[in-house]
Amino acid sequence: MAKRIEASGVSSYYGDFKAIDGVSMTVEPKTITALIGPSGCGKSTFLRSINRMHEVLPGARIEGKLTIDDQNIYDPDVDVTAVRRLIGMVFQRPNPFPTMSIYENVVAGLKLNGVKKKSLLDDAAEKSLKSANLWDEVKDRLNRPGAGLSGGQQQRLCIARTIAVEPQVVLMDEPCSALDPISTLAIEDLMFKLKDRFTIIIVTHNMQQAARVSDKTGFFSIDKTGDPGRLIEYDDTQKIFSNPTQKKTEDYITGRFG
Amino acid sequence: MSLLDRETPGVVMTPDNIRTKKLPVVADLGIALGALVVAAAVVLGFGIGNWVLVIFLGAVFYLVGLNFAAGAVEGKRAARNRMWRAAIYAACVLAIIPLVSVVWTLVTKGAARLDGDFFGSSMNNIGARDPNGGAYHAILGTLEQVGLAALMAVPLGVLGAIYLVEYGKGRFALTVRFFVDVMTGIPSIVAGLFVLSFWVLIVSPWFNDGTPQFSGFAASLALTVLMLPTIVRSTEEMLRLVPGPLREGAYALGVPQWKTILRIVLPTALPGIVTGIMLSIARAAGETAPVLLVAGATAAINGDPFAGPQSSLAVFVYQQAGDASRYAPDRAWTAALTLVALVLILTIAAKLLARRNRLSK
Repeated sequence: MAKRIEASGVSSYYGDFKAIDGVSMTVEPKTITALIGPSGCGKSTFLRSINRMHEVLPGARIEGKLTIDDQNIYDPDVDVTAVRRLIGMVFQRPNPFPTMSIYENVVAGLKLNGVKKKSLLDDAAEKSLKSANLWDEVKDRLNRPGAGLSGGQQQRLCIARTIAVEPQVVLMDEPCSALDPISTLAIEDLMFKLKDRFTIIIVTHNMQQAARVSDKTGFFSIDKTGDPGRLIEYDDTQKIFSNPTQKKTEDYITGRFG
Repeated sequence: MSLLDRETPGVVMTPDNIRTKKLPVVADLGIALGALVVAAAVVLGFGIGNWVLVIFLGAVFYLVGLNFAAGAVEGKRAARNRMWRAAIYAACVLAIIPLVSVVWTLVTKGAARLDGDFFGSSMNNIGARDPNGGAYHAILGTLEQVGLAALMAVPLGVLGAIYLVEYGKGRFALTVRFFVDVMTGIPSIVAGLFVLSFWVLIVSPWFNDGTPQFSGFAASLALTVLMLPTIVRSTEEMLRLVPGPLREGAYALGVPQWKTILRIVLPTALPGIVTGIMLSIARAAGETAPVLLVAGATAAINGDPFAGPQSSLAVFVYQQAGDASRYAPDRAWTAALTLVALVLILTIAAKLLARRNRLSK
């Protein structure tokens, strides 16, 4: 039951600074969409706008319309918590909760939202850890601290934690940038597996990764420092990487600049 | 020749030789011994001081001698390293000396009256010639006053800090933070005077047929005023240390903000918060002036903190230390030892309870 996301004319600000300008795109359910572009071009900001994580920072705000199955998530009567329950997020650096065990980390979202029954939690923990390809590695030490795992395992733990609450959409903000190639591969495999159930949007600096995993790719860019980022081109991944319509996109994916 | 070689000769080893000479341990000890002998000769020879000055001068001579010797053998950089290390160790020892001395004095002098009578009776009807008498009333007073003060100051302080870190934005939060800082500097006697004029003289007559009365609760109020800023500030610092991504991680799971604070942020910061709280409790337990002002100071046992004068351990120490009876100093020492032990036990218990590594056992 993954959902369609539609952005139209989304601009976002940090105080007076305009970080992205008029981004419009439609993300179909059960697809993987990659957002690529140089540093500081606003792709993370756009990603954080989709589950209203943007506004956690002081002075941050959004203009434009962002709908999930035709409901605008920025309508004044929308509950932020409900939006985030629907749209989960995996961060660049793994952030397991340090006071919790592996098990507690996985079921944190369920437990903190009121699920109390032990059997339900146990099932959810096992299912999520299996989906995140982590079960075999941790099943014997579920009560050890989550922070004691390796970086790649921690990131998969965070993914397990995210999918345990069964969101409709999973946002990933450079989830592999701190990981070695083997862990990266594990997470890419995982994304293919999760595609059956979730809509996934991933920000990445790794163009091979974008080409490998995504169905559609959006290319963000800025003209110069201080300008807002714009969505330059958004199309099938196949097309972006073989035959982009925009000169800027071609320059970026072939490694030519300016 | 590289820039480093030219600008700082002797600091960088040559590319062909990365080994260096080391000052032997024997030489180190020799310098220490020599420094002491020279210091003793100077101090005692001129008759300008006693063994304390010998040790102090010896330490200074040792540092200078070590610097020269190491400079000659090992080079300038290594010598500086050695000297600073020695200086830091010396500072460490210097800092520990008063602590050890205090504990030693308390234990040796306080042991004399560590008996059942001391912990089981009060000073009621104890005259100057009576060797017995105890601090039961004072221990009771301290526990009740500090307990009540903690009951008021801890929730207020922690909630205030949560407001400042998680919710407070703009002018109001700035004002609150400013006044908390100002409150930190309030002398305890001023807190005592405030409670005396406000609570004891104005409010307490309402509950006591128009007569003002001292009470342990008034002392708790004064202690609360003293504890509050410490708790707010230390908790605030600890909450700020909790990484933002942890909060965002919880938000991303659809956890509401208040629950994120309660279940993620507070547990992560708990050990530090508890340390701050224990520091403020220890300080409050040792306060004398405000308790003397607003709780009165009775020699009798009064278990009700809301009515009638109460004593406290700190007040008891103050009174006994100034008392003319030849038995009073022993009582003062034992009370001081009791106070320190009480705070120590509380602190250790709190630390054990708040230990974060319960997972890694």
